[in-house]
Amino acid sequence: MAAPGRAVPAGPGALHRRDRWWVYPTNVALWLSLFGAYSFWTIVFFQRDSYHQYLSPFYSPLIAAGRIPVSPALLIFWIPLGFRATCYYYRKAYYRAFFQDPPACAIREPRLAARLSPTGRGRRYRGETRLPFVLANLHRLFLYLAIAFVVIFVIDTVTAFSYHGHIGIGLGTALILVNTVALGLYTFSCHSLRHLIGGGLDCFSCAFAGRPRFQLWRLTSWLNLRHSTWAWISLTTVILTDLYIHLLQYGVVHDPHLGF
Amino acid sequence: MTRTNGPPAPPSPAAADAEDQSLRIAYDDGVTDRTATLRVWRGDAAGGAFVDYEVPVQEGMVVLDAVHWIQAHRAADLACRWNCKAGKCGSCSAEVNGRPALLCTTRVDAVTRPQDRVVVVQPMQTFPIIRDLVTDVSWNYEVNRRIQPFTPAPGERAPFVIAEPDITRVEEYRRCIECFLCQDVCHVLREHRGQDRFFGPRQLVRIASLELHPKDTADRLAQLRAEAGVGLCNITKCCTEVCPEHIRITDNAIIPLKERLADREFDPIRSLWRRLRPVPMASSIPAADERVAAPARPPG
Ligand code: SF4
Ligand code: SF4
Ligand code: FES
Ligand code: FES
Repeated sequence: MAAPGRAVPAGPGALHRRDRWWVYPTNVALWLSLFGAYSFWTIVFFQRDSYHQYLSPFYSPLIAAGRIPVSPALLIFWIPLGFRATCYYYRKAYYRAFFQDPPACAIREPRLAARLSPTGRGRRYRGETRLPFVLANLHRLFLYLAIAFVVIFVIDTVTAFSYHGHIGIGLGTALILVNTVALGLYTFSCHSLRHLIGGGLDCFSCAFAGRPRFQLWRLTSWLNLRHSTWAWISLTTVILTDLYIHLLQYGVVHDPHLGF
Repeated sequence: MTRTNGPPAPPSPAAADAEDQSLRIAYDDGVTDRTATLRVWRGDAAGGAFVDYEVPVQEGMVVLDAVHWIQAHRAADLACRWNCKAGKCGSCSAEVNGRPALLCTTRVDAVTRPQDRVVVVQPMQTFPIIRDLVTDVSWNYEVNRRIQPFTPAPGERAPFVIAEPDITRVEEYRRCIECFLCQDVCHVLREHRGQDRFFGPRQLVRIASLELHPKDTADRLAQLRAEAGVGLCNITKCCTEVCPEHIRITDNAIIPLKERLADREFDPIRSLWRRLRPVPMASSIPAADERVAAPARPPG
């Protein structure tokens, strides 16, 4: 009765997705590597990374500048690095891009990556249950420090408005302001903060300060919807702000500004 | 009741003959010139192969329609599980062009490429094959039974009066239709075959629906870490990408659970506070004989 279909051999890749699934992991690997390399350069090879009232976010807060033989940024860089490395969004990004675990949804993990992957050790997948990846659970400790950093960046931003005792706005001021806002959005959209504010409660109405906590929780949840966007924007603004300050230091550009 | 291998009434031989000549007259309510090739996996646990079927395509048609057309006109024995055809029963889960999807909500036009108009349809890869597009998903139900059910405080009885802010989060989890697409796509189960040490995203959603419920008193965190293996989830979010109910599984269920575990096990400041605090924490799990019966329709 019914005509049979035509049999086709299932060649390699027959089960694979046909869309451009490799775009995301490739982009992430490329940009994280570039930003990583730039950060290494700016943290390690400078003693000073400021220009008049502008202080690079890599060097803020400025501790022991001039009193130690190495870059003062080396004393603090582990805080933003640890914050981003344990961030729930970046974890997704680097597990996919660098560990191919998985490279994309429903895509097979490449054999070689499976063998070399520290999350898999070639034998048994361990995810975030063993060192070093289990340390990602300490994210909230970095969050506490990151919130302190946001406060420091706000002070840096206010400082960036002063021109020889007057109020002024330069391109650098605008960049520092945008950077502080971006870092604020990234930090205050954090999953751990969302949990600490109210996510950890079963019952808002029975808890201490339940109403305001619920409102705040809703606000962080709303910001959290775009957490990955804030993560990339703030990373970019940090790099651009720092680059601009280097360009000012080398006299490559002059800071256009308005004084009042 | 879920139908497996249940094609609509077979066409009369005359009608079948007429349609074999041409794919033009495809439906009672319309005529179409367009066709697509459905490359369907046929076989059972012993093995199988992809088989191509030329199928007429109509505006708005979904992959399940195409499968039904094949059952009615080409291969009455093509096995496919379905029930509602409205994206609500979670029966028709399969993979279309390598992506886990519900057959009844995936439009043929959205998944065909203009150059070859081939749509690859295969069963879910994570579960044992029964036949053709039908897989054995019973493991999910077995795992589900290992989760301690809803446990209100002694004396509390449904219906509960719960303030709106306290219940909104839990409502999202209850949208789950148990299609198990998230279990299918999760690399811990699919790639690393972690069924013996990981419950999978669907069950983590269920645990979250109980743990975050304002009226539940049980403590499932020890189970979450050990038996349910929440640490194996590396939050790569594929479950969220495929969920047809748009439950933000990773952000709203798994990460909150990981954070609750971190409260207990990875937060030195909190553990210091717990140690210094004068009042000891009372066990939140009531003894079995104190538990009251769960309401008729328990959450999750
Ligand atoms: S986020 Fe976790 S549970 Fe979801 S698919 Fe990825 S590893 Fe699996
Ligand atoms: S959580 Fe979503 S994908 Fe997973 S079983 Fe439920 S509805 Fe399906
Ligand atoms: S989750 Fe990304 S910063 Fe906390
Ligand atoms: S048939 Fe019910 S969800 Fe597809």
